Amino acid sequence: MRPGVYFVDGGIACAEGALYAGCRFFAGYPITPATSIVEWMAERLPQEQGYYVQMEDEIASMAAIIGASWAGGKAMTATSGPGFSLMQENLGYAYLTETPLVVVDAQRSGPSTGQATMPGQQDVMQARYGTHGDIAPIAFAPWSVQEMFDFTVHAFNYSEQFRTPVLVMADGEVSYMREPLQIPKQGALPITNRRSLTSKHPRTGEIFLRYEMPKFGDGHDLLVTGSAHRPTGVRDYSPRYHRATIHWLFEKQKEAGKALHQEGLDVESRHLDHAEAVIVSFGAAARPSYQAVLAARKTGESIGFVRLKTLWPFPEEQLARLFKDLKRIFVVEMNMGMMVREIERVGCEAQVIGIPKVGGEIHRSSEILQQIRG
Amino acid sequence: MSQQTNPLGKQQEYYRKRYLRNLPTAFCTGCGNGSILGSFVRAVDALIVEKKLRKRDILCVSGIGCSAWIPSPYFKGDTLHTTHGRAIAFATGAKIMNPKLNVVVFTGDGDGAAIGGNHLIHAARRNIPMTVFLVNNMIYGMTGGQSAPTTPLHVRSTTYQRHPEPPFDLCRLALGAGASYVARWTTFHVDDIIASMKEALLHPGFAFVEIISQCPTYAARFFNEYKDALTPKEQEQFQRSPGAWMLKALKGKRTGKELDHPRYELTLKDRTIELGVFIREERITLTETLQALWK
Amino acid sequence: MTRTEIRLGGLGGQGIIKSAVIIGEAATIHDGKQAVQTASYGPESRGSACKAEVIISDQPIDYPLVLTPQIMVALSNDAFHKYKEDLREGGIVIIDSDLVKAGKIKAGVQVYHVPAAAAAHQVLKNPLVTNVVMLGAFTAITKAVTPGAMRKAIANAFPKYKELNLRAFDEGMQLGQEAMEQSTRKK
Repeated sequence: MRPGVYFVDGGIACAEGALYAGCRFFAGYPITPATSIVEWMAERLPQEQGYYVQMEDEIASMAAIIGASWAGGKAMTATSGPGFSLMQENLGYAYLTETPLVVVDAQRSGPSTGQATMPGQQDVMQARYGTHGDIAPIAFAPWSVQEMFDFTVHAFNYSEQFRTPVLVMADGEVSYMREPLQIPKQGALPITNRRSLTSKHPRTGEIFLRYEMPKFGDGHDLLVTGSAHRPTGVRDYSPRYHRATIHWLFEKQKEAGKALHQEGLDVESRHLDHAEAVIVSFGAAARPSYQAVLAARKTGESIGFVRLKTLWPFPEEQLARLFKDLKRIFVVEMNMGMMVREIERVGCEAQVIGIPKVGGEIHRSSEILQQIRG
Repeated sequence: MSQQTNPLGKQQEYYRKRYLRNLPTAFCTGCGNGSILGSFVRAVDALIVEKKLRKRDILCVSGIGCSAWIPSPYFKGDTLHTTHGRAIAFATGAKIMNPKLNVVVFTGDGDGAAIGGNHLIHAARRNIPMTVFLVNNMIYGMTGGQSAPTTPLHVRSTTYQRHPEPPFDLCRLALGAGASYVARWTTFHVDDIIASMKEALLHPGFAFVEIISQCPTYAARFFNEYKDALTPKEQEQFQRSPGAWMLKALKGKRTGKELDHPRYELTLKDRTIELGVFIREERITLTETLQALWK
Repeated sequence: MTRTEIRLGGLGGQGIIKSAVIIGEAATIHDGKQAVQTASYGPESRGSACKAEVIISDQPIDYPLVLTPQIMVALSNDAFHKYKEDLREGGIVIIDSDLVKAGKIKAGVQVYHVPAAAAAHQVLKNPLVTNVVMLGAFTAITKAVTPGAMRKAIANAFPKYKELNLRAFDEGMQLGQEAMEQSTRKK
């Protein structure tokens, strides 16, 4: 779509963000509430000389975007909880093989089929620990239609910059609601493109390719494998190579965390000056949370607001700084209490109180206020 | 054996240098995978010499299992060694994103017909231009001789005393799903495999080649079940070389014509497998229909 | 607070969600306000209960859902009866006079009867534009959005049937005026 303001749903915003970032391959399988992303990509990709393929399931969708990424394209898939579960094995493959790609999870209320069309935030730990083995993910949590666009662009940039899958942990609410979306001019938002090889012999040497990404068909004789391997790609199960790979994945995540902080993409805080308490939230749940903060401040309560824009890497240093001297921290999330455990780790001396909610509805600000005042 | 006493030495050296990575083989002695890899590099070389194929365009994709190791790491070209059963799905993404690639999938009967069966039938239906070499050794070899969807009824595996299910006829499956090139050979038929591989690599559509292969370690044990029916001479052959005997016992029959229902019998009474090219047809492909959407 | 909560209810296929999107687009892109639109519906694409909501405000909208609407538009009996209790005191209900039989309603809520379906059928010769007639009445009665913004949003929403839908909107505006006059006369 041309630069301008549109009144569209979060799914369309996400798809347009992907196109803006240069995505030219989408493999997917229909699932509510990710359908509007899938349908919009199907409509728009051919117009941009790109490819939309509807695969036989989410396992195949994940596999296809890995294949497409290694064939040189910026690639993405979008799904919801059940599909995200199916993608986990191949997602682990993408982490190990350092494949740049973007996965959007418009979270719905589970487990299992659950409340198929209703929003939830119950996959945040699946994003962190869903696949077997040690992974070090990057995951964004948009709270508005505009952020569905912006964070998808960022997700592509980080995936290319750090050669890693990046997750956009949306939810049914932000994915289906309509709000004004500002599409910027080409070039207004920076776009990170793939770093091609600087060496003609990428397979030699003792270190992994640092962020350079070769592609198939260039005569590099690439050996790509999900097995533990040497820097050359040859399978090797000896401890040193496996250790080196896993440590490298975590090192990358750390670097990404620093970059996210520098760009202000880790956390957002409001009204923290002289606050005694704070509400921490993310995604759609942050919206009533912020409303509650404003209402509480009107009656003179000294309460601030912190929103996680990035769930993983968990911005612990930044949060620990923000939480200093606070007495109480309330964590509002649409699950039985997941991110609250992470907040507890960095909550310093403060009392950390979860305000969980399940049932497929976002919190009402009155409910949050009741808990805070209770 | 020195090269002088081995008439094939020079030829082997030629292929090894051009197409293989210098790594020790991981296949058991007598395994069919070596013949399949050898056939593949010969087919590829012939097409390159005929200027019908560029080596840099070849992408070998494989899953998990013994068959997956045929190209990865041995084939010196682009290789993508993926998760169990998903090779065809990975290959689909690579092929669509870069239609210039000549995508070849090596898969096994467990990889391609059990866990990955769904991807196989959908790729065949889409007629996406790629070649699938499905190496059928009728057993899970890498994990140690467990029953597969291709294991013959009533034979012994490490998961069943008497395998209780009939086997899958994978060529009929591929034909039914809409593959536009389907062939079946055994590793005994090396020349036919090479010829079929050449045809399949150039086939403008989804090509499926089933290669019945011997697992000298596990599948050979099946034929213990058939022992009573064997002549003393056959029993001796079996003891000496179970892999080779297995292939012979299967009684591969060349059909020489296209068939919708090639015979695939694996019972005690009748062990007949019909071999040949069962279909070669040009049909519109997924890469064409996708690009047609661009207008 | 300048927050206006609007709920549209009816059956799937009546264009309920489309109507809400048009209101949201008119309010934001053409009137320069803030708006959020959400919807919920049954598993059937057509024929099931369907609800769409719009919030219009001068301020950023945090909580995106409608809890106690000031304005309700109902195109089916079920929707009317299901949602009428949520209405705020001083609220407005606009119903189709043929499709909905208004029963009791809480005190302080003003009900407007608009023959939208009949007009679509008889005047515009196309029952599909019932929802757009209703949008005209909605605009005239509530003034939540300006008629100019609505006309632009409608033109944008139905590029192929722009003329028909704009006529439907104007017809609805007229019917809305009449409904208001009727209700003042009653008073």
